[in-house]
Amino acid sequence: MLQNPIEHLSVEQKNSKIIVCIKQVPDTQEIKIDPETGTLIREGVPSILNPFDEYALNLAIEIRDRFRNNSEVVALSMGPSQAAEALRKCLAIGADSAILLSDRAFAGADTYATSYTLAKAIKKLGPASLILCGYEALDGNTAQVGPETARLLGLPAICYVERVEALDGGEITCKRESEEGYELLKSPVPALITCMTTSSFEPKLPGVREIMAARRKKLEVWSLEDLGGSKDEYGLRGSLTRVTKTYTPDIKRKGVRFEGKEGVKELISALRGII
Amino acid sequence: MTDAKEIWVFVELTSAGIRQVSLQLLAKARALEINNRVAALVPGGNEDVLKELSKHGAEKIYVVEGLDGYKLDTYTEVIAECIKKYNPHIVLFGATHIGRELAPSVASSLRLGLTADCTDLSMQVDNLIQTRPAFGGNIIADISCKTFPQMATVRPNVFSAKEFDGEAEIIREKVNAPKSIFEVIEEIKAQGEHRSIEDARIVISGGRGLKRKEDFEMLEMLASSLGGAVGCSRPIVEKGWMPKSAQVGQSGKTISPDLYIAIGVSGSVQHQAGIKSAKKIVAINSDPNAPIFDIADYALVGDLYEIVPAMIEELKGEKNDRA
Repeated sequence: MLQNPIEHLSVEQKNSKIIVCIKQVPDTQEIKIDPETGTLIREGVPSILNPFDEYALNLAIEIRDRFRNNSEVVALSMGPSQAAEALRKCLAIGADSAILLSDRAFAGADTYATSYTLAKAIKKLGPASLILCGYEALDGNTAQVGPETARLLGLPAICYVERVEALDGGEITCKRESEEGYELLKSPVPALITCMTTSSFEPKLPGVREIMAARRKKLEVWSLEDLGGSKDEYGLRGSLTRVTKTYTPDIKRKGVRFEGKEGVKELISALRGII
Repeated sequence: MTDAKEIWVFVELTSAGIRQVSLQLLAKARALEINNRVAALVPGGNEDVLKELSKHGAEKIYVVEGLDGYKLDTYTEVIAECIKKYNPHIVLFGATHIGRELAPSVASSLRLGLTADCTDLSMQVDNLIQTRPAFGGNIIADISCKTFPQMATVRPNVFSAKEFDGEAEIIREKVNAPKSIFEVIEEIKAQGEHRSIEDARIVISGGRGLKRKEDFEMLEMLASSLGGAVGCSRPIVEKGWMPKSAQVGQSGKTISPDLYIAIGVSGSVQHQAGIKSAKKIVAINSDPNAPIFDIADYALVGDLYEIVPAMIEELKGEKNDRA
């Protein structure tokens, strides 16, 4: 459970939305490389809800429940139809509704095209007080979609947030990680927040009741037609970068092997000159 | 050099001076095979800073005057304006906390392509080939931008800073920066309990092989006898045993110490991605097939709970012998 991520809350914006952008990702810890071909083995790799997005969702739910202000938590994702699974999980965890942006035209998007698609959907959803997302996804690790989306929406971005310290009137104060430690940053709302997990965060597993209840919640699928605009603005065509080549890294070293406690002496003497 | 193309490096200043990655990027920009002119874009900066930048490879320095302390919104506006005005060929940022939010914010404002966290850069005629790990370091991708200026953030410590001859041309750019909507209420420096693993010559890392949080004290002891810092793998941060700042790997820090000792770390590809430029790697693991051994210079197969205390003893003995 979250340990008091929000210390002090009071907000005037009633009935507004809190939108959480989530991504279904392959569990990169489980990815293996085929030693023969040197390619990724994708079969059997479990898909998971990106852990930083899961934290963002929990933070959004926490904000909604403490306010008791009828704000609606909407989980939003762009992905293939199987990504609905991750959104169902969000509904089971406590999101009120979910929207999947899915269309062949959205495929192959880089961070800009992804941000563009999310921004279009967020605008269509109507006024939101907060937009939350994980600070990066496990598969891409770019951390770009949050700040790029914020800019496209003309909203302030607060990145690397661990806790919301206060949400008062039109302002939010967040504790966010910096290169040297932390800072407390105050920003007007609406704002977009990218979240890191805190060490005390343990994702709660939804029970059977929550999973059943989630089935009755609204999960819509929006296509290109729903977002409007031309095909060229989305996916691969709307991307501003292109992947020219992929390959597997070769970083192997030929190691000298020592065994057990007896090997310690040999190891230390081998390291002489460095230590 | 009439047709020289400008490569810009955004210079990050801290209370202690120029962040190392900015100097590393100047050196890399100078080495790119293109008729180029390397320029530093620096918010403010006194004479010492300008001298340092010139010494480390800046041939031109755009000094942006009128910007206060770092704020995402004001820096985005001002840098976007400078890029529009001078239209450089390439703009590089360090992949730091600031670089990773500022670069996307600028790129998105100008509708420019941007590649994150590059670990190598090269030129293919006019195109910047941006190399980065993907899928948690399982594959490497070469990426190029369809738009100009080409933009990238680059991981710290993948290139080395170098010294150059020559004096940089200084351009003073006075701006009327808009007032920021952000307010920094408090800055909290991380306490010294954990030495930064990025600057340490020797780094000792613990992984899932450690059974309890308290067992990291053993690693701290080993580190202090070697004058090193303690890091860890991702699962340890997820357990809350160590801070995120100590995490080594793809989603943590990339480091290049003289000696890296991985203790009870299985060595997922994402972990390997963070240490591949370490000069020497020692791996201690009870599983003889642990992937970490693939990239180790010295592999010690055995129980870490026997080996680590023996190492501490052995080093103590050495010290006494020397005394």
